[in-house]
Amino acid sequence: MSSDLSELLNELNIRSIDELFSDIPESIRTKTLGLPNGMDEDEIRRVASEYSRMNKTVNQLHSFLGFGLYNHFVPAAVSNVVNRNEFLTAYTPYQAEISQGMMQALFEYQSLIGELLQMDAVNSSMYDVSTSLGEAARMSKTITGKDEFIVPKYISRNKRAVLDNYAKGADIRIKEVDFDENGMIDLESLKNNLTDNTAGVYAEYPNMFGIIDTNIPKIKETIGEDRIFVAGVNPISLGVLAPPGKFGADIAIGEGQVLGLGLNFGGPVVGIFGTKEQYIRKMPGKIMGITKDHNGKIAFSMILQTREQHIRRERAVTNMTSNQALMAVASAVYLSLLGDSGLRKIGEVNMGRTKELIEIVREFGVKLPYGDSPVFNEFLMRLNESKTFVSRIARKYNLVPGHILGKEYGFNDRNQVNIVTNVTERTTNSDFDAFKEFMREVA
Amino acid sequence: MDVRGRRTIKVPLENEKFKVDIPDAMRRESVGIGDREEFSVVRHYVKLSEMNFGADSGFYPLGSCTMKYNPKINDEIASLEGFRMIHPLQDSSEVQGALKLMYELSESLKKITGMDEITLQPLAGAGGEFTGLSIVRAYFECKKELDKRREVVVPDSAHGSNPASSHMAGFDVVEIPSRDDGTVDLEKFKEAVTERTAAFMITNPNTLGIFEDKIVEMANYAHSKGALLYYDGANLNGIMTKTTPAKMGFDIVHLNLHKTFSTPHGGGGPGAGPVGVVEKLKDFLPYPLVTFDGEKYSNDYIPPKTIGKVASFYGNFGVLVRAWTYIKMMGEEGLRDACETAVLNSNYMRKKIEQFMPVPGKTIKKHEFVASSVGSNMPKAGDIAKHLIDNGVHAPTIYFPLIVPEALMIEPTESATKTEMDTFIETVRQTLKLPHEAFEKEPVNLKVTRIDDVDASKNPKPTLRIARREERAPLQQTI
Repeated sequence: MSSDLSELLNELNIRSIDELFSDIPESIRTKTLGLPNGMDEDEIRRVASEYSRMNKTVNQLHSFLGFGLYNHFVPAAVSNVVNRNEFLTAYTPYQAEISQGMMQALFEYQSLIGELLQMDAVNSSMYDVSTSLGEAARMSKTITGKDEFIVPKYISRNKRAVLDNYAKGADIRIKEVDFDENGMIDLESLKNNLTDNTAGVYAEYPNMFGIIDTNIPKIKETIGEDRIFVAGVNPISLGVLAPPGKFGADIAIGEGQVLGLGLNFGGPVVGIFGTKEQYIRKMPGKIMGITKDHNGKIAFSMILQTREQHIRRERAVTNMTSNQALMAVASAVYLSLLGDSGLRKIGEVNMGRTKELIEIVREFGVKLPYGDSPVFNEFLMRLNESKTFVSRIARKYNLVPGHILGKEYGFNDRNQVNIVTNVTERTTNSDFDAFKEFMREVA
Repeated sequence: MDVRGRRTIKVPLENEKFKVDIPDAMRRESVGIGDREEFSVVRHYVKLSEMNFGADSGFYPLGSCTMKYNPKINDEIASLEGFRMIHPLQDSSEVQGALKLMYELSESLKKITGMDEITLQPLAGAGGEFTGLSIVRAYFECKKELDKRREVVVPDSAHGSNPASSHMAGFDVVEIPSRDDGTVDLEKFKEAVTERTAAFMITNPNTLGIFEDKIVEMANYAHSKGALLYYDGANLNGIMTKTTPAKMGFDIVHLNLHKTFSTPHGGGGPGAGPVGVVEKLKDFLPYPLVTFDGEKYSNDYIPPKTIGKVASFYGNFGVLVRAWTYIKMMGEEGLRDACETAVLNSNYMRKKIEQFMPVPGKTIKKHEFVASSVGSNMPKAGDIAKHLIDNGVHAPTIYFPLIVPEALMIEPTESATKTEMDTFIETVRQTLKLPHEAFEKEPVNLKVTRIDDVDASKNPKPTLRIARREERAPLQQTI
């Protein structure tokens, strides 16, 4: 024990530290947990490096995997900024005056996302897009007092499974709207699904099949003023695609992982959440606001805290306490680095390269189920082979052709493989070459 | 924000001219955030970081938040390419290292909590609470008892997230008052816990830093009524290795890896809130779970009665890597040391501070304690906090728990020297001698002086879009 610690014992007039644990009844004390001895820093480096090398990274593969999490380029300056100790090791900014840097960074995140979405109110992050969707359904119920929420038949099962659990706790019934022959929201089916109990409707663009749903602009007028339109977007597409605010979205959500966060096996990511100004008091999450200090100088404050759990307890709009603040800052840095021209370019590259790959696939005569619909950086293709065969050929070329959709999406034919294939600005020509080799054998 | 014509960061393949074909209604020309160069962006954020205070900046005794030091090796390990550049939908054969790490972390957390199975999926402590309470709901639904078990019982000293999570999972909340010594009132507890109770939810040590020594009695009683026991792991640092939630009789536990297991808080997140359960609740955990057959790790096990999912993928993996690193390096002895030192520091500070300020509850505290500035002519807790931050010392948590008036909730953690604690104590003591008018102008040494949060909320301006409508010019100068 260091002299520092023995001094503390002396100050407390105790001989052993055990005396401070005498309030734990003997009957429930543990002697040993059975954890091994600690390692030193060099040893953990060796072990961790061995584990990390047991993984095959996307850089060692020809990867066309996307489906909710995308292999985008991460500028060096993003990691540099979020590794600043003052950001990295700070707590939630409850003491505003000593946390102005974080609060301004988060306010800028909200403002940048506000522009990207064309939404007036944005919170300082949710955990991920799936929890954003769950909270959006709850918020729709709170605003309208109705308890049905409509989602597309085809959204990722990950999102749906998270939504279903939120809905259960909030007594919300989830209904499904079908897709039309173009892989877009079937507006007739949507109309037929609307009832007096409909709280809101969720629709996304690009959707699960990568399709830029051109029925999106008609959704708000179809469902009417009194129902909540929740639009799901891929934020990196919004340099070239029109923002949800333009389509009358009441709430807009998205997965912010694409904005400079990298893959990290699926987390940490960041859930984007924006709404119209009139609904700000119903919005979950922490919100930074711009204001002035007592001397009239511009300052930042954590606003509308009376919505939150530490004050309102069971009547809070959500239980959320920690969020993904550092990831929100990373996204703000990313958006600042790219700017208008970078966002436009990255959208063009993603769309252009995806189109290139689609042309390649077409040359092999492969069926693209919604081939005439515009896509952003993902598309659905159908191969008339077994999954085992396709996977074997893919492995042969060290390639992952995309995410294979199975029976969870109603694709039951064993002699058919439905793949959602993703292309980003990181997909190289050598990846395309490998894809061609793969197609030669499976098409 | 409006610098145009600047050379922004170069996007891969940007020199190739792609023509994009977007239907008119869906097309956009520009976002409207301007362009700027990398050096301007970095300078801007470095300037902002200098206007912030983290656990690496100094002593950070924020109660209930466990702001211990975050070893730098954690970040280095999490940034290894083999962990950073893997996709969650890759075949499990390609991510054996990641799954092995997750499996080992689960095994360690099982030992630390005594639980039988663990999910690493919840993305925050409150996310863990919601997961645990969803499991409670599914369990009673399966037993066909959900119709009558509608209540979750929590002490009035509980974290606000406890009642909020209970409500989100569909339960009604019953609050029970604490006794004068800060522990649960057993009489009131027994009145509240009935056949209508789905779960009793408590943190132990509680938010006053007091170990609830009647916990076994409470557990037995709750179980006799058919209810489940939920352990809020926010305060695990105060008992880690000394006892386990399992020994105390708990059925469900959530942990805060960003508190007890040294992962950085990131200015509010990301955290991670793994949830452990006893045998009879294993089948309700979120899917998928990592399994090991002796040779290879798989990530496709779906518990038969699963509540579904609570996150898109498998959790905040980058946070899990850091917690795994911490536990590996600490070992059992290191974790014990951490707990003992945290408790020693807390009791030292308690003893010093109670000499000039009331500290309610039993004498022996665990990792934290609550002082109450209600003595004659004492300044408000909020004023003390502002005076502290103005003098380079981070403030404690204030006005929580709600049951203590003018509460200052102090948690030094194990990462504090005697000198740092003494400085804090002395600064608080000096505060009591200051005339109350002195506080009005504080802070004076920081970038801004006092901000009125209530006023800022009356006319909320969460984005520049809203703010610009009123005051365009000054904003452009700041950002």
